[in-house]
Amino acid sequence: MSAAHHIPSSEAILACEGLSKHFGGIRAFTDVAFQARRGEVTAVIGDNGAGKSTLIRCLVGVHVPDGGEIFFDGRPRPFANPDEARKAGIETVHQNLALIDELTVAQNLFLNREIVRRIGPIALLDRKAMREQARAMLSRLSINMPSVNQRVRRLSGGQRQAISICRAAGSGAKLVVMDEPTAALGVQETGNVEALIRRLREQAVSVILVSHNFDQVRRLSDQIWVMRAGRMVATVRSSETTGNELVALVTGAA
Amino acid sequence: MSTPEQNAPVQTAGAAEESRPSLSALLLDPSFWADWASVVGLVGLVIVFGIAQPVFLSIANLQALLLAAAILVVLSIGQTFVVATAGIDLSLAAAVMLGAIILGLVNAAGYGIFLACVLAVIATSAVGFLNGVLITAGKIPDFVVTLGTLSGITGLGLILSGGEPTMVGSTFLLKLASGSFGPFGYPVWVAIAAVIVAHIALYHTRFGVHLLATGGQVESAGALGIRTNRVKIAAYTISGFCAGIASLLLVARIGSAEPLINTSLLLNSVAAVVLGGVSLFGGRASILGPAIGALMLTALVNGLTLLSVSAFYQPLAVGAIVVLAALIMRYQK
Repeated sequence: MSAAHHIPSSEAILACEGLSKHFGGIRAFTDVAFQARRGEVTAVIGDNGAGKSTLIRCLVGVHVPDGGEIFFDGRPRPFANPDEARKAGIETVHQNLALIDELTVAQNLFLNREIVRRIGPIALLDRKAMREQARAMLSRLSINMPSVNQRVRRLSGGQRQAISICRAAGSGAKLVVMDEPTAALGVQETGNVEALIRRLREQAVSVILVSHNFDQVRRLSDQIWVMRAGRMVATVRSSETTGNELVALVTGAA
Repeated sequence: MSTPEQNAPVQTAGAAEESRPSLSALLLDPSFWADWASVVGLVGLVIVFGIAQPVFLSIANLQALLLAAAILVVLSIGQTFVVATAGIDLSLAAAVMLGAIILGLVNAAGYGIFLACVLAVIATSAVGFLNGVLITAGKIPDFVVTLGTLSGITGLGLILSGGEPTMVGSTFLLKLASGSFGPFGYPVWVAIAAVIVAHIALYHTRFGVHLLATGGQVESAGALGIRTNRVKIAAYTISGFCAGIASLLLVARIGSAEPLINTSLLLNSVAAVVLGGVSLFGGRASILGPAIGALMLTALVNGLTLLSVSAFYQPLAVGAIVVLAALIMRYQK
């Protein structure tokens, strides 16, 4: 199971060793070693229930693992909750996108990191600055959005995904974690999101991508990690593998 | 919520999207009527009552109407903050009663009217805080908690007061009730100040955005690090604070602290919030809407009284209007 276990850790932005997590009697994953290299797109694949999402949620502080160590930027035990992870530079694009339907695009992009002006003891929102910066954030990733004042409820699935990714990438994040970013999207919208992920990599943002879609991870990622039944069973360079090999690794037929 | 861009010359495709639709398109769009239901209703009532009974439009009557609306406006603002988090505060009118009784008792005990007022507001805010803690930390539905505190503080009020009203003969409160500055009585200014402060808090502070986010999608808000429980507790505390302010206005108006709950205040506060276009599912709120909704309900009662319609018909009229408003709200964007 320990194919690429000992890459120098300075290359890794996020890594873990011997990580385990169970919920009551149900084991989510056991003794997992994993690392995501700086500036690369790292994919985690596996069948339903293999433990991918739980692993990711442990890595970004949503769950506390039962055993093992996590390293972010070489530092052990980096964060106790998602808020600390966010402050350290890890942004997560949640499977449900974590958008607020009734708020505008700009409000969503700046949610919980609003820009304020202080007038004495009172801090008032600088809505103009947020709208302008929201436009800049969208155009930097070439996201086409009619208006930043539009309520998110009225956007399409692909646009919502783009907003969520844009928010994750927008704050100078070192690492963006995405859980099934194209699972609910059509062909064209999937293409747009994939282009967005490539643009993130061009801007030297590290990405962890959880996906079911083997073709997609081969197109987008540099390194692929394979989970099966709660264990990390293999890791391969994307350029050196085939779809058939990935299927074999995921199903255990190899 | 108009934005500066809407007034700027159209330059880009993005700006064109934000420009206003034509007037006729606006008038045919049901969501326009849904968003402005309380204003349209108020204007309609003023026209109907003004024609049917010209006294309705006299300055003296309009001043009396605003004075009568002040308490409901303040309560509706409190209710709005709670409803914006997808909750409801059924203990609002009971908290007003508790505030009034504490005011009366502290004043009667000779501690001075200012301390009495401060303690009344602290007590009602504490009731709101307790509601918030029970709902979030206790994980009990808002409806059940506030129904419980409604009953609990009703009993507390009866125990404290012995069921007897307390006269409050304070010149300060007398002035508050009867004095005026410019065209409006002091209670109206209190209500106006409450509207302004609440509007700024809702639209121009981080708290306001987090409140709407919490009411809209509580899990998403939590995932982004918003402390949704604290936001909810704050909303209920604000509601309690508004009940305290309303209790001061009420005691000033009637000159005594009565151990009676004015249930129509509670129902009308919810009605005003609905009329004001605030979603009962949370996440969508305004302050002006409910304030105008409260004005509208007061105008309805005032007008029917002027037309010598029996008071028995007033709840019927309020009920019909609220249900009608709720039907129109379905067309909100």
